[in-house]
Amino acid sequence: MTNRKLLSEAKLWLVAIPVLLWTLIPIYHIFLFSISTKDSAFSGRLWPDHPTLHNFVTVFKQEHFYLHHFWNQIWNSLWIAVAAGAITLAIATCAAFSISRLKAKGGRTVMNAALFTYFIPAAFLAVPMYKAMGTYGLLNNRWSLVLAMVTLAAPYAIWVLKQASDKLPWELDEAARIDGATPLQLFRLVYLPLMVPSLVAIFTYALLLTWNEYLYAFLLLSHENTIPLAVGLGHFLASDDSPWEILMATALIYGLPPAAIYYAFRRYMVGGLTAGAVKS
Amino acid sequence: MTTWQVWGALLLAPYVLVFFVFVLYPVSYGLWLARNPESYRTLFEDPIFFTTVVNTIFFLLVAVNLKFVLALYLSGFFVHDRRWIRWLSVIFILPWAMPAIPTIFSIRFMFNPEWGVVNQTIFRLTGLDGPNWLTNPDLAMAMAMGVHIWKALPFWTLILMAGRLAIPKELYEAASVDGATAWQKFKYVTWPSLRTLYITSTLLSLIWTLGDFNSVYLLTGGQPADKTHVLATLGIRYIRLDQLDHAMATIVVALPFVLPLVYFMMRRLSGDEQKTSQ
Repeated sequence: MTNRKLLSEAKLWLVAIPVLLWTLIPIYHIFLFSISTKDSAFSGRLWPDHPTLHNFVTVFKQEHFYLHHFWNQIWNSLWIAVAAGAITLAIATCAAFSISRLKAKGGRTVMNAALFTYFIPAAFLAVPMYKAMGTYGLLNNRWSLVLAMVTLAAPYAIWVLKQASDKLPWELDEAARIDGATPLQLFRLVYLPLMVPSLVAIFTYALLLTWNEYLYAFLLLSHENTIPLAVGLGHFLASDDSPWEILMATALIYGLPPAAIYYAFRRYMVGGLTAGAVKS
Repeated sequence: MTTWQVWGALLLAPYVLVFFVFVLYPVSYGLWLARNPESYRTLFEDPIFFTTVVNTIFFLLVAVNLKFVLALYLSGFFVHDRRWIRWLSVIFILPWAMPAIPTIFSIRFMFNPEWGVVNQTIFRLTGLDGPNWLTNPDLAMAMAMGVHIWKALPFWTLILMAGRLAIPKELYEAASVDGATAWQKFKYVTWPSLRTLYITSTLLSLIWTLGDFNSVYLLTGGQPADKTHVLATLGIRYIRLDQLDHAMATIVVALPFVLPLVYFMMRRLSGDEQKTSQ
């Protein structure tokens, strides 16, 4: 390697190392606390003297005041996320098919309404939504969070699915129509099979969005039997001398599955908006 | 109407229903609640509101711009075609991939003035007490911006990376042949192609950052003395205090800023749509 090449390689590492540290330190900090005992957690060491899985045992056995409903909360998180994912997928697929392939009347207006919802900051929509859920008598019912997350996830889902289905060749639809297929047959036999990759991505997107959501969850649900794990984690902040090592173990259990799922479907996750934005 | 049109309307109906029940009705009702001038008068008299507006403006200007300058720079780094840089980009995505609570709580603990690892390290190295990261309002706001950037930087870096990868390589080769410096390549090749994307992304990020509840709430909870709120957390604070008219008024105040941006973004995406369908 010439000096020049070595220099440019060194320059790259000069960027890489700060980026790596900046990214990993807060995450490593979670991991470090979760395998530390209470005493060594606060010693400021980079690796505990006696790494332990005891914190995880405490969590799984629900042996701490903040964790008495751990399994119940994780079940709620899962139930709400799967329900929101499935409903979003169903609603968005139908809407995208209708707008893109059936060219339904008013499709453009609906698309614009969806985009409007997508761009409005979620924390702003939370205020009127909270009031409306109260009016509907849904507060403290898990369905309120499911429906709120469907409302938040569906616009992006419709947009991505519409973009994807616009790319399918029209000849398919024409052939199906000439063969006398009904709209439902076209949907079931031609459209759905071709859209599978996008459908998987959209289900994952809505699932993760819901699992990760904190604001809507803690606004809409407060009863200890209905709250998801995200809200349960928030309760740890009620006092200043919280058991951080146990909180971090719980946080790791909460945070790892979505990260793993994200990596499995990484290819699809950023694609939609990027494709739209880059085109110009 | 033909069968096809009937089915078109039927399949569209579920989303239209969701939009009416969970967006249109709540928003209209909320705006109706916010019609009373009195709620704005009391809102403007609340000293917390003024601090919050200032905080929000700073948050938007500093955090969004800093984030995009960094994203622009890092996107140039991550497009290098090396295996280890590809691996690094996979790790770099983690803050975006992980849910907000674990990582923000972790940062909150790291910077706890008494027990956090940061001040402990400062104490061990210098024998001095570290700054009150989260109990000094100015520092706490800066930390919240840091958290926001930490979390959102990977996403926008990826977007700008995609933009850079779309620039034809021949342009850079031609520039090299002409003996252009790295800066000249950026100024005459990269930036002109990336500018539209950069500006659109910045505007979109402005709207979304305005709605960033987590970075502030999970880090400081608005404390100390409600001096570190932004509009997103202030609205929620009023809900918790059962002052819904104030919560709505807080949002209405931001609408003259939000709506033009939303309109612009909608126009842009619809415009793209027309191009593809032609």
